[in-house]
Amino acid sequence: MKLFEYEAKNILAKYGILIPNGGLATTPEQAEEIASKIKAPYAVKAQLLVAGRGKAGGILFAETPQEVKEKAEKLLGSKIKGITVKSVWIEEKLAIKRELYFGVTVDRFQKAYVAIASSAGGMDIEEIAEKMPEKLVKFTVDPIEGFRSYHANYMAKKLGYEGKQMLQLASVFTRLYKAAMDYDAELMEMNPLVETVDGQFVAADARLIIDDNALYRHPDYTARLAEEGEFSPEEIEARQKGLAYVKLDGDIGIIGNGAGLVMATLDAVQLYGGKPANFLDVGGGAPADRIAAALNIVLSNPNVKVVFINILGGITRCDEVAKGIIEARNRLGFTKPMVIRLVGTNEQEGKRILLEAGIHVLDSMEEAARKAVEIAQKG
Amino acid sequence: MGIIVGKETKAIVQGITGTQGSFHTKLMLDYGTKIVAGVTPGKGGQQVHGVPVYDTVKEALENHEANASIIFVPARFAADAALEAIENDLKTVVIITEHIPIKDSIYIMARAKEKGTTIIGPNTPGIITPNECKLGIMPAHIFKLGTIGIASRSGTLTYEIAAGLTKAGLGQSTCLGLGGDPVVGLNFIDILEMFKKDEKTEAVVLIGEIGGNLEELAAKYIKETNYPKPVVAFIAGKTAPPGKRMGHAGAIIMGRAGTAQSKIEAFRKAGVAVAEKPSEVAKMLLEKLKH
Repeated sequence: MKLFEYEAKNILAKYGILIPNGGLATTPEQAEEIASKIKAPYAVKAQLLVAGRGKAGGILFAETPQEVKEKAEKLLGSKIKGITVKSVWIEEKLAIKRELYFGVTVDRFQKAYVAIASSAGGMDIEEIAEKMPEKLVKFTVDPIEGFRSYHANYMAKKLGYEGKQMLQLASVFTRLYKAAMDYDAELMEMNPLVETVDGQFVAADARLIIDDNALYRHPDYTARLAEEGEFSPEEIEARQKGLAYVKLDGDIGIIGNGAGLVMATLDAVQLYGGKPANFLDVGGGAPADRIAAALNIVLSNPNVKVVFINILGGITRCDEVAKGIIEARNRLGFTKPMVIRLVGTNEQEGKRILLEAGIHVLDSMEEAARKAVEIAQKG
Repeated sequence: MGIIVGKETKAIVQGITGTQGSFHTKLMLDYGTKIVAGVTPGKGGQQVHGVPVYDTVKEALENHEANASIIFVPARFAADAALEAIENDLKTVVIITEHIPIKDSIYIMARAKEKGTTIIGPNTPGIITPNECKLGIMPAHIFKLGTIGIASRSGTLTYEIAAGLTKAGLGQSTCLGLGGDPVVGLNFIDILEMFKKDEKTEAVVLIGEIGGNLEELAAKYIKETNYPKPVVAFIAGKTAPPGKRMGHAGAIIMGRAGTAQSKIEAFRKAGVAVAEKPSEVAKMLLEKLKH
């Protein structure tokens, strides 16, 4: 789960990392009021969960509270990268001497957290890694030993700091690492982490992605999931029903069991010249009502011309899938064509149920994909 | 023969009294897997399909000889179950459970490394060496004894491809799921090393998907070591949009990393045949094995 900048910054502040003075506003008047209480000049920052907000015009600057109000008015309600801005964060613009980067993320291959620092802050970290890898300092954290003060000192020194400043910067690093661990971060970063002209280290921007599987340990944020931001209403509904759904821009609705198989189904549809309307994984052992819920969600997308159901039963039983399809058809009364591939556990019973209801079933995934594309292209 | 599990495997089932644990214990016993004991804290003294249940792994091992464990414990308790298995020196631990937090998995893997434990998963369908041992939840009938080693990041897609191989007369030496999570016990390189040493394995199938760079690293390894056995790969997720999690926690394209295209290119450059669709895997293997 992605957190907003202001949420991530508030967490940093709680861990003793300096952030610019500021506040959150949902109206231009509020923005003006916040500005009047802090020092000019100001930054007005749209609170969005998409990356690249700055380049897309989501960060504006202002000299006076009146100007902050105007800029906030401009941002609030506008769309940036297709998403409506609902709140802005107003803060004091920093007097920058140097922009750094520091973040903690997961290294899958090492099976460990990795701390990354760079003297080329402000840029996309992947871009730094690609264009100037020499400016990156990476440290793989031993999961049992943890990230210690001397590891942080080493990294701060590598960025060119000495004496008291090295110790100050290292302490920012260890604090961020502690926050990242406490919040089960998949990624937590300060970019840029600014060295101000008076020699302090201040997190000018912050990002935190909490591991979805650890959200039960962070009840403050679980409630927000249902609200907005990262996921569409259909995606949230699917999640609540134990389904993994991702909306795409094609016209062939797809339902399958198992993430890998569903991805391969999407790929097969594309290989035959079709465009998938979504990804939907019903998971393992799906009972009839979960199949019905899946059909409901897929068909809520008006672009869908045909639904392709691809089931390979292991712990999922084909008869349950068949019952779910019939149940959904009866309840929702839809008439859109379906292409069904059904093999595996209780296959014969599943096929019998569908054939009795006049639904044809195929054995090969690729044949079914081709058929679905054909139907979609006929319109 | 085959890798990791075989005739010599004697397993305990952690979480044996749960719905999934009990159901799959029955299926594993039916397949001929030696399940010697079960563990569910608080349920010691019961029996599940004739298998005695203990409160702790330690007690189970005081009464039975075992060298492996398979875990069906719910995500919130699975990390402790895995650590208990590792601490008690079980050599192979299969973690079926999905949704274990990454932080917990990282700690499990570090402890396993200290102890020399082989971890399969989390979020895996398990491992099967046909006719010898099934330590997992895969439908057994699609597998047949043979010479193809399969390693995969997925469940049902593996069944799809394995069924295709079996139909084409290509049996399997061992088939295992690495797990759909970002952090798992074994990567493709570990498996390639094992299949290289396994006399029964003639060729290897790698089934990858978007997210991470384990496929790219495997390609590099194949190229650099001039890998002696034919390898065929399939990568799922060519149509996946960046930044969206495709069902598996580990299946996400972050920024520029982890695309299907990058993995396919890396494999092709390493001389690995990459199938466009699942049914092509068997054809490509037959072609490679002719030479």
